[in-house]
Amino acid sequence: MKRIGLIAIMAVVASAVSTAFADDSAAVRNCTWCHGTGAQGYTVAPRLAGQRPQYIMSQIRSFREHARDNPFSKQYMWGAVAALGPSTAYELANYFASIPPKPANDGDSSLASRGRTIFMDGIPEANIVSCYACHGPNAEGIRDIPRLGGLAYFYIKARLEQWGQGYHSTPGSPMPMVASHLGPQEVEALASYLSFVK
Amino acid sequence: MVGSRSVEADASSGRRDGRAVMSRSPLLLLTAVLAMALSASAHAQEGMAARGGLEAKLEYCKTCHGLQGQGYLGYFPMPRLAGQQPEYIEAQLRAFIERRRSNPVMRNVAHVLSPAMISSLANQFHHLNPPPFGGAPRGAVAMGKRIYDEGLPEANVPACSACHGAEGRGQNEIPRLAGQLYPYMVGQLTGWSKERGQGTAVDTSAIMAPTAHNLTRSQVEAVAAYVSNLQ
Repeated sequence: MKRIGLIAIMAVVASAVSTAFADDSAAVRNCTWCHGTGAQGYTVAPRLAGQRPQYIMSQIRSFREHARDNPFSKQYMWGAVAALGPSTAYELANYFASIPPKPANDGDSSLASRGRTIFMDGIPEANIVSCYACHGPNAEGIRDIPRLGGLAYFYIKARLEQWGQGYHSTPGSPMPMVASHLGPQEVEALASYLSFVK
Repeated sequence: MVGSRSVEADASSGRRDGRAVMSRSPLLLLTAVLAMALSASAHAQEGMAARGGLEAKLEYCKTCHGLQGQGYLGYFPMPRLAGQQPEYIEAQLRAFIERRRSNPVMRNVAHVLSPAMISSLANQFHHLNPPPFGGAPRGAVAMGKRIYDEGLPEANVPACSACHGAEGRGQNEIPRLAGQLYPYMVGQLTGWSKERGQGTAVDTSAIMAPTAHNLTRSQVEAVAAYVSNLQ
């Protein structure tokens, strides 16, 4: 019964996907195995739904060139994008960007208002910059600057910590400098707040 | 200082009693040297803290305004500060603090800066000289140059060059425009009086208000494209 249910779900997903992404539904399925049903994210794999297409493409490039080098990226994404041509990457990015995103809502709600203050104002006394200046008032992102609103607590927390640990992302990103000033409490507050943003 | 004064005092009394000076002077000398060394290291620490404070703050500014101060495109365009006139940077930071210039991000940024820090930051950015950020549309550059050099007499727009200089370097409180980000220039010139000259206090931004108002959108875009390419 369990297996039949799973197969049924996969069939539904596959058919939904094949209509929206007529060219190559297998390409989408290869992403959603890990990135979750409807690309809403699953455990360590972030939500792709509603993400900025230019950001998705920049990250695919970054994985392919081995610039984004945290352990999960190395383990999963370097291989996953190795055979992805630029036109498929472009189509996938636009496809996932068009799916309405759902917030993860998995942060600590008691930290959300502190997180919002840091997101909007930064902490100028501690040289912590405002996230809002680049990621937008509702953490929606713009161009190749990612949407953060509604991403999972675990994912945001891990990314902010990884910059401090010396892992890289897109070349030229100011994020290593930004994250180097964040302490564990600020990271938890930000990740909590962002997980609730619609 | 205290140490050196007591050495002098002892040296004058030493003329009456040479032996006392002979036996006490190594200790006094040591005290004096120690005092000088301590005050020197205290000065050095103060200097290092001030420099560390400035360097950390400079890095903080550059996180948004570009690693070389060349500007950056976030959700909002962050203006180029490199080569900017220090008087202009100082005036704008004060305007953010006093809310004569409304900006939700910069108000918070500026209100923790001491006057000394503001001067130091302004001076640091003035001495940076990266190439322009670029990215402006090319089509209207010639029209922009004409407006910049000659103004639009029929629309009561004076030549930009009259105040901002032939090469757009600015002077004193008049800002450098050379290399400024195209979307920032367009945003400022089209929204001049919504952001600047707020409240009742006298503000030099009033000088620019009629000119910004008299430029059409396409003229603004032309001037912005022209200055954004100036070195």
